[in-house]
Amino acid sequence: MRAIFKREMRTFFTNPVGYIVLAVLFGFSGWFFYNNNLVGSEYGMGNPDLSHVFMNLFEIVLMAVPFLTMRLFSEERQRKTDQALLTAPVSLTGIVAGKFLATLLLLFIGLSLTFVFAIVVSTQVSVDWMVFFGNFFGLMLVGGLMIAVGLFISTLTESQFVSAIVTLAISIILIFLEQISLPLFDVEWIQSIIKFLSLSSRYSDFTAGLVYFDNVIFFLSFQALFLFLTVRVLDRRRWN
Amino acid sequence: MIEVKNLTKRYGNHCAVDGISFQAGEGEILGFLGPNGAGKSTTMNILTGYLSATDGTVTINGYDILEQPNKAKSNIGYLPEQPPLYKDMTVKEYLDFMYDLKKCPLPRKRHLAEICKVTKIEEVYGRLIKNLSKGYQQRVGMAQALIGNPPVLVLDEPTVGLDPKQVIEIRSLIKTLGKHHTVILSSHILSEIEAVADRIVIINNGKIVADDTAENLSNAMSEDRRMLVSVAGPEKEVSNLIAGINGVERVTIMANKATGVSDYAITIAEGVDIRRELFSRLAKRDWPLLSSKSLAMTLEDIFIHITVRENGGRR
Repeated sequence: MRAIFKREMRTFFTNPVGYIVLAVLFGFSGWFFYNNNLVGSEYGMGNPDLSHVFMNLFEIVLMAVPFLTMRLFSEERQRKTDQALLTAPVSLTGIVAGKFLATLLLLFIGLSLTFVFAIVVSTQVSVDWMVFFGNFFGLMLVGGLMIAVGLFISTLTESQFVSAIVTLAISIILIFLEQISLPLFDVEWIQSIIKFLSLSSRYSDFTAGLVYFDNVIFFLSFQALFLFLTVRVLDRRRWN
Repeated sequence: MIEVKNLTKRYGNHCAVDGISFQAGEGEILGFLGPNGAGKSTTMNILTGYLSATDGTVTINGYDILEQPNKAKSNIGYLPEQPPLYKDMTVKEYLDFMYDLKKCPLPRKRHLAEICKVTKIEEVYGRLIKNLSKGYQQRVGMAQALIGNPPVLVLDEPTVGLDPKQVIEIRSLIKTLGKHHTVILSSHILSEIEAVADRIVIINNGKIVADDTAENLSNAMSEDRRMLVSVAGPEKEVSNLIAGINGVERVTIMANKATGVSDYAITIAEGVDIRRELFSRLAKRDWPLLSSKSLAMTLEDIFIHITVRENGGRR
């Protein structure tokens, strides 16, 4: 697992994708911070509340993750390097975990600029660190879930392009799930399912500074589910 | 060392490997010979745990590849048909990665240096793999398989795409390795297998059609003697003339190259040399003998030869 983790981390920085995603995350979070907190058109100048930055980053993270996950397994299969991985004395779980954790770390680096924002704010007023970490934790959970989904999708195709597009489509559906489907299906049980699956409403609890146990469990269990499915697909392929 | 029992792999209705069984002991080089699509690569992928068999068992050094995959896999070095290279890495980075991936217990620096020396890739150690020639890439793939000094080496067409000098080098490397390892290598080139393997397994349509030492097989092959001659003259009459020579068993007209020139494949009885007789008879009729050569048995011939024998002459 460690060897794969190290290699994935290295690959993010030897091709442009890692840098582009970091630039996008840094750029947008900087812009949101400037807009919401420093200049502050809507909320007044010098707003110390970073929740809006995190609220806006939700969509950026969902849109950025597919570009990190697109090559994880697609490229291995296309270049036949999966033969080295799958015939090495490593478990499938180890391979999947290594790739997942490396991508999660890259996302962490991409979001780490928010720490700087919090420190900047703390020089002026006291920051509610619990709320800040709650926000950050929530965003990492959302990102982690999307990474698990993207990892799963990338096992299904040899084409990085298809892998990215499908994962991106899922991201977009998840972003707009509530807005589009709630008015569309005026049936109570369908609405309750949509509300259950809605990432945005669960995430908005985090940005309000509320870390609910059931939300954490929701994100972690769906991450585990998709990682499990990824392992299953890899294992299943050997039998076909 | 390596024991394969009744190995079967089905893809839907298509049976890629059909009940293969063989063994290879320590210090043995086993050549796996077969035409493209015979099931060589599939078998090797199953041996190394990349694919799972529909039926049958593979045991590496006493470890079942399905039941104790990690222990079995750590006993194998595998060079697939297409070397599994991360081309955006340098040779050093790649070998370091494979060393970590295989959790190699040997001292890193010395072990990797040794492998590079054996495979002769020292001079490209710091270069990006994608910039290396095919021959060097193949050798890096070979180096990767040697990491951890595994007792069993599985090499899928290790000399494809190499120039003749490199082919000879890789062959002698395999021979050296074969002294202390169990080596299984595949090829669709007979001479290649003959040059290195102690034992040859011939596989066709997913089935083993022969499993013998190289010597025994080539003895069996040499029963059949054929030659190909090119003669300028009327096809029918020339054919009849050749057939009339003592010791000729069969004459087949192969091709009509230019006007009045035809090729004839001649099957000759064992221990007979018809060349002088053929020349003098043709000369008498003033039909020039343009070329004559003995037809070495091609792989296809051997297959036909062996499959016919296996099927009791039905085909």
